[in-house]
Amino acid sequence: MEKFGFANSTKFDTYASRMMPREEFFTSGHRSCQGCGEALAVRWACKAIGKDTIIAHATGCMEIVSSAMPQTAWMHPWIHVAFENTSAVASGIEAALKVLERKGKLKGPMPKVVAMGGDGGTSDIGLQSLSGALERGHNFTYICWDNEAYMNTGIQRSSATPFGAMTTTSPPGKKSYGQHTWKKDMVAIAVAHGIPYVATASPGYLFDLYFKVKKAVETPGPAYIHVLSVCPTGWRSATDLSVRLARLATETAVFPLFEVVDGKYRLTVQPPQIRPVRDYMKPQGRFRHLRDPEVEFIQKQTEARYKLLLEKCQAPFPEFSPVHVPEGI
Amino acid sequence: MGHRIGMEVSIAVSHAVQLARAEAIAAYPITPQTHIVEHLSSLVANGDLEAEFITVESEHSAMSASIGSAAAGARTYTATSSQGLALMNEILFITSAMRLPIVMTVANRALSGPLSIWNDHGDIMAARDIGWIQIFVENGQEAFDHSIMAFKIAEDHRVVMPTIVNLDGFILTHVVEAHEMMDQETVDRFLPPLKPYHVLDPQKPVTMGAFAMPELFTECKMAHQMALTNAHGPILEVWKEWGELTGRHYKPVETYRTEGAKVLLLIMGSLAEVAETAVDAMREQGMPVGLVRIRLWRPFPFAELRQALAGADLVVICDRALSLGGAAGPVLAEVRSALYPLAHKPQTLGYAIGLGGRDVQPVDFEKLVKHAQAEAKQPSQEFYYYGVRG
Repeated sequence: MEKFGFANSTKFDTYASRMMPREEFFTSGHRSCQGCGEALAVRWACKAIGKDTIIAHATGCMEIVSSAMPQTAWMHPWIHVAFENTSAVASGIEAALKVLERKGKLKGPMPKVVAMGGDGGTSDIGLQSLSGALERGHNFTYICWDNEAYMNTGIQRSSATPFGAMTTTSPPGKKSYGQHTWKKDMVAIAVAHGIPYVATASPGYLFDLYFKVKKAVETPGPAYIHVLSVCPTGWRSATDLSVRLARLATETAVFPLFEVVDGKYRLTVQPPQIRPVRDYMKPQGRFRHLRDPEVEFIQKQTEARYKLLLEKCQAPFPEFSPVHVPEGI
Repeated sequence: MGHRIGMEVSIAVSHAVQLARAEAIAAYPITPQTHIVEHLSSLVANGDLEAEFITVESEHSAMSASIGSAAAGARTYTATSSQGLALMNEILFITSAMRLPIVMTVANRALSGPLSIWNDHGDIMAARDIGWIQIFVENGQEAFDHSIMAFKIAEDHRVVMPTIVNLDGFILTHVVEAHEMMDQETVDRFLPPLKPYHVLDPQKPVTMGAFAMPELFTECKMAHQMALTNAHGPILEVWKEWGELTGRHYKPVETYRTEGAKVLLLIMGSLAEVAETAVDAMREQGMPVGLVRIRLWRPFPFAELRQALAGADLVVICDRALSLGGAAGPVLAEVRSALYPLAHKPQTLGYAIGLGGRDVQPVDFEKLVKHAQAEAKQPSQEFYYYGVRG
């Protein structure tokens, strides 16, 4: 990462909105719901990705709102195949570009390859193909749009649904408080593959998201970004609160913003003080049924996990020893 | 003319893929396809084939990665068998609907369960309706020839359709035969570099794999069906050109000693060679028996098949797979359906034979024909199982 000047990303902190690209790659006219935090994140991620990029997208909300034949919201060359295989599709694209470049068949510059999918397409049905692609070391960036349930099919729980949340398949009832499992830690899974760049991002912090995507696509080798995508439809929240909720998720340490560069953790957004999780949960109907014991459990779990994250950030050694095979061996 | 070399058929297929200059190969290990991709892997590792070999983590990803590499404009090849083909199934339909000219070898093997690694056509018959061009071969030379021709057919801008070459697992893949090889120059002349019909290119961005509302879905499916049906002409052109180049001519439906035959055996794949020996023996006994084999399974050659079966009284259709709970034999169902509109049609009887690697010898075909002739007067069953126990 050093040679790309990204080891310390402070130079990005001075950015201002007027310095951001005006060019749109995810254009208006798509069919996402009012207040969709995910569409906002996609739009800004695509600005960061920039030209000369090929995108593979999994089936899911963003695919279905943006690509109704004969229309498209995508200015990038874009391909959708199925739900669970977008990392494999991206692997194929990346491999093809490599061999075509070697054979002198590429006309323009070497395109970047980006794969995108929702939390279901990433942490559930697409986990195998994602793991395969990360392990094989393809030079691509995977971005997970995590709206914390299968929103497109009608708000069913996924392994990314937070503890206690109400979905149509984790309903609260006389014998249930809603989702009874903790959110799957996709970032840890990505880090465990020993890849050079992993980060979390949020549409509540667009510059942070922008820089992380930029770093990811310019990192040689696989990169993974996990984006919390506020979903008013599924979270049962007001449509004008999406950015606020995204910020609250970070301010309450429910969704901390950090990056893992070659195994080294770094907090990129450090809230001056951590607010109680109740501030984040209260505006969301999906948590309305929860009683105090459950909220307290969530508070404790969140604090414990955040503490572990801070310890990782302060650790003098990286989480893993990155494997950079020297050239010429 | 090339020189004849004895080698395992799998190796010959991988040399055909090398001569075709495949650029992206994504494959997952499954018996009995493995020797093909193992050899391709070593060709890439030695720099004898300029290609990317993607060691995917499943067949589902093999086909998905193949879609990616074909969509990015690379000549793409993969191979699989049985459970692997079944795991790909979801993606196979999308590959053909997206009109990506991928070539795949299917080393035909029974589908589980019970688990069997041995040869029949259960895998490909379960993938009958995937909208790909599907070709059957019966020996190593045919496997070699069709593996090269498949690229030319798939990539023809009038076709642009993925293509499967079916060869029988073990019975062909693991057998050493004499192959007449081709030199690179001749193959290069026959098969120029891929000119993708549509490609993911930042200079000219397109959206691939958009979804269709009900107003467009039927039109998309009909266009696919028309494109596959219309591939018939270009396929014959490619086979004709190959025939002129090599002296080896191929037809969608091929016949053996059908002159004056009243009983016709109908077979696909390598068992046809066994049946030829049986036909010779029966002809010597004075029985008017001939053999018909279907090479082009999709698009189905209706006209050629009707013509080939026209003179017979009885057609004995040998199925190497089962369509459970239905017509039992998928080839039987297809052939009967093709004959049904005709005013004068031969009688058809269907037999399951050689399932899951059960050995079939020439004498079995003689017994089968005699059984069919006896049954023809008054068939006692909808479908027969040759040589079944109990």
